[in-house]
Amino acid sequence: MIDILKDPINWIGDLLSTWLVGLGLLPAFVTFLLQLLSAVILATTLLLLTFILIWAERKIVARIQDRLGPNRVGPFGVFQTVADLLKLVTKELITPEGVDRLPYNIAPLLTVAAVVGLWGVMPLAPTLLGADINVGVLYIISIGAIGTLGILLAGMSSNNKYALLGAFRTVAVMISYAVPMVLALLIPVLLSGSMGMQAIVVGQRGAPYFLLAPVAGIIFFVSSLAEVGRAPFDLLEADSEIVAGYNIEYSGLKFGMFFVAEFLHAFTISALTATLFLGGWSGPWVDLYPILGTLYFLIKTSIVYFVVIWIRGSFPRIRIDQMNALNWKFITPVALAGLIFTAVAEKVAVELELQRVIVHLGSSVLLIVLIIVVLGIYARITRRQAKAPAIAG
Amino acid sequence: MLEPWIFIGLLLGAGMLLPGVAIVANWLLSPKKPNAIKQSTYECGIETVGETNVQLKGAYYIYALIFVVFDIEAVFLFPWAVAYKNMQLYMVLEGVLFILILAAGLIYAWRKGVLEWV
Repeated sequence: MIDILKDPINWIGDLLSTWLVGLGLLPAFVTFLLQLLSAVILATTLLLLTFILIWAERKIVARIQDRLGPNRVGPFGVFQTVADLLKLVTKELITPEGVDRLPYNIAPLLTVAAVVGLWGVMPLAPTLLGADINVGVLYIISIGAIGTLGILLAGMSSNNKYALLGAFRTVAVMISYAVPMVLALLIPVLLSGSMGMQAIVVGQRGAPYFLLAPVAGIIFFVSSLAEVGRAPFDLLEADSEIVAGYNIEYSGLKFGMFFVAEFLHAFTISALTATLFLGGWSGPWVDLYPILGTLYFLIKTSIVYFVVIWIRGSFPRIRIDQMNALNWKFITPVALAGLIFTAVAEKVAVELELQRVIVHLGSSVLLIVLIIVVLGIYARITRRQAKAPAIAG
Repeated sequence: MLEPWIFIGLLLGAGMLLPGVAIVANWLLSPKKPNAIKQSTYECGIETVGETNVQLKGAYYIYALIFVVFDIEAVFLFPWAVAYKNMQLYMVLEGVLFILILAAGLIYAWRKGVLEWV
């Protein structure tokens, strides 16, 4: 009875596997069956979660913009998304002329699968993790790239100029922002000494990496926002310029799947930020009651997700030239500097046997001061250059 | 060793299958009345002119080149980061030197004006 309270999901799993082995099935086959069952349950839960995510986002953005948001269908409008989905299900699937059918139809599936796949390595509790592979971080980067591939396929197969422009922008943005994201991801790997997600969370039991390397945490968050194409980086589907970008020629649930993938991806990057930099499931009494870890994980993820929505409600969209300039001239150099600072600070703390939290905080403060000074000098030079022609002429 | 990868394969499969089922349900439920106007390429009410596959800006290509440099760098830095705990200070500083060489490449590209979006 105590076991079921501590860790209900593994308890049910053990019960099922004992029962199935008792039926006379091969143990290896039973493991496979349970894996299949948990994969289907995880994917279904994630897709159903999108209903709540879309509702929460519309409601919060409405509040930020001083509106009420959906409030007609069900209490507080919670069934609005269900109503929208029912409408989408009965819409005609229009396939425009000249589309490349195979990539056109496979693109929405690929986009959703890439997002769902990210959750395979997400540690939900000390005892609850899909697959503890030892290259978890690299897996996240590569699966993220498959999402980009889906969007590129959609844009290029649609036979539409707007879709093509959206796809170009998507690829330019995503490959640019992958660089600082990878550099920021190096820091949890470096501090924990492993690329496995579970090891990274265990490494944060003492102090979350956001405390040790706040700059890297913020860079990871911002560049994954850009990677997902969320506001203010949503120029790949800027509705006032290129209508809807890559998904312009899609209708019905094929469009709906891009929509689902986008919202789920935003939640996924919140979960990744919470896992890699805010300590994931770690918290008090988590060894005694592993299920509490899931609660901590969800609380941290929800806080980060709220910030994502807050940013969407507060910032205007930036242009593509500003976006690339921000990435290559600011975020990437800062990420490089942050990596150097963290690597040296950690080693110095270990060699001189100092308190590592204090050393890291000191190096972070130094880094932030350095960034501000360099930005100040840069701003002064730019201002002087802007003034110069006025004096001459 | 192989077991986690089976789970990931199954999860990716489920991630493809569930949307597929939803789209098939949509296809079964939806009306099917195609006509020429409905299936024409959408361009804000104007008929599309010329080829769809327009030439893309050269700047995209240059960004892709810089990206390749940095992504290969990441491949070299991940083993360095994993082995970090067993390193002496001078080994860490060698890694820092490697990062600085890459930073020099970025500064070179910047001074050449490659990073300007024109």
